[in-house]
Amino acid sequence: MWSVIVIAFNTFRENLRDKILYNLLFFAMLLIGASVLLGELTIAEQKKVVTDSGLAAINLVGVLIAVFVGIGLVTKEIERRTVYTIMARPISRAQFLLGKYFGLIVTLLVNVLIMLAVFIVTLLMNHSPVHLSLLQAVELIFVELLLVTALALFFSTFSSSTLSAIMTLAFYVIGHLTTDLKGIAEKSKSEALKSIMTGLYYICPNLEMLNVKGQAAMGIAIPVAYQAMASAYGLLYAAMLIAAAYAVFQRRDF
Amino acid sequence: MDVILVEDLTKSFNPNWPWRTPITALAGLSFSVSRGEIYGFLGPNGAGKTTTLKILMGLMRATSGKAEILGKPAGDVETRRRIGFLPEAPYFYDYLTAEEFLSFYGHLAGIDRGALACRVTELLDLVGLSEARTRQLRKFSKGMLQRIGLAQALIHDPELIILDEPMSGLDPIGRKQIRDLILSLRDQGKTVFFSTHIIPDVEMICDRVGIVVKGKLLASGRVDELVSGNTRSVEIVCEGLVPDQLSLVAPDATRILTRGRQCLIALPVPDRLEEVLAGIRRHGGRLISVTPQKGSLEDLFLSQTGIKIEE
Repeated sequence: MWSVIVIAFNTFRENLRDKILYNLLFFAMLLIGASVLLGELTIAEQKKVVTDSGLAAINLVGVLIAVFVGIGLVTKEIERRTVYTIMARPISRAQFLLGKYFGLIVTLLVNVLIMLAVFIVTLLMNHSPVHLSLLQAVELIFVELLLVTALALFFSTFSSSTLSAIMTLAFYVIGHLTTDLKGIAEKSKSEALKSIMTGLYYICPNLEMLNVKGQAAMGIAIPVAYQAMASAYGLLYAAMLIAAAYAVFQRRDF
Repeated sequence: MDVILVEDLTKSFNPNWPWRTPITALAGLSFSVSRGEIYGFLGPNGAGKTTTLKILMGLMRATSGKAEILGKPAGDVETRRRIGFLPEAPYFYDYLTAEEFLSFYGHLAGIDRGALACRVTELLDLVGLSEARTRQLRKFSKGMLQRIGLAQALIHDPELIILDEPMSGLDPIGRKQIRDLILSLRDQGKTVFFSTHIIPDVEMICDRVGIVVKGKLLASGRVDELVSGNTRSVEIVCEGLVPDQLSLVAPDATRILTRGRQCLIALPVPDRLEEVLAGIRRHGGRLISVTPQKGSLEDLFLSQTGIKIEE
């Protein structure tokens, strides 16, 4: 456990010293600020637009960090050969993977919390109410980030950074379209297309399940049971991806 | 007791495309390293040295054969507590300062916080980087990186130190510092196993050496044992002979040099030595010295590797 913490802390420190995170955070602030301007330009539902676009900004920046830092978690260590000296220590490959994963998760948590704080201040300054639904939406955004990071980690254990980024983004996009995939499968007359769409429906994570930004914008709280189930789904999916990443990583030669 | 034991080790790399033939990096490699010695693993580039070290450290799996470190199969996680490793041309987390870097590896090795602070200071002193303790590694020169790399390998005071090309790319001062450090480790009773293709480094500090070529061990033993019996030529110094007499005395000589009254005759093989000595006496010359020219480790290395150097 101690080794996992040491590696996670070092990964977090690496992310902190990586200037790209500051750029992304600045970008998020800009988007949140822009959401207020956007709200001003809207005739009706000003508060809804501000909340909706603010949450979207937190989500977008979080996903960008999860994908683009996530794909480098393992590949960068192998390409730069830093993995040699780490794996020469009394730590297992599972501890290494978990350390890298949790290091990025802590980074994401800090980023999301900062963005949330800025967002709440923006809302208050704009005299918009801060509902519980807002926090529920951010919690599920964070669960989505856990899942996307696990996807990036999984792909990066066996493919290059570019391919990992493409595949993670593809899974992210498809993950938000799973209901449509099922619809296409049901309506399609082609057996091949039906099989492909059904296969993708079952393989890809259902990320729409974790998207309650619309309800949050309207100020409608989601049932706690739904939130718990959606969170458990996201966490279980992420755990399965990490287990799969370990199965691949365990067999790798460096 | 053998600290490292390798028996009939093989490693093949399967190509990405099935119609291509697998690449054999190790083809039945066997050797052992005893406790307390400095063992030099010598071989040309691509001989399989790094592959062997990676298998020993558990970074790579062997195709077949046996590899043991400190009595445990290579790659055993717990055994790594007793091993220090420096990879070839290491790249480290360059955003860390020297102090943070060593602390990170110390934490991974399980050293407690109090003891670690002292150990970090001690090692920075040992490798001569005390003044750069707060400097980020991205501002380090190659020699400094090599030294901090060696320090991370020693942070947990291991009993076996494995170094991959530790002197490669260093200037003469840097190489001497690393050589001195390796010798001091041996004096502390530690075992040092290092790979290199730089022959003088091996000749100067190794107790034993193994020559590996194309994944096989071609020679192994003490440096003096390996080069003994490898008499290459004989040099005779005499005086009192004129050049015409010299060519009569030693018609097979590869080289004849005259300096004043003295002359040097180099015989390619010692077989006709007695005959030449008798000739010198017969022509009234006086023998000053006879020196057998032993082959160097370099000669042995070149002969074993089959490398021919055009003169």
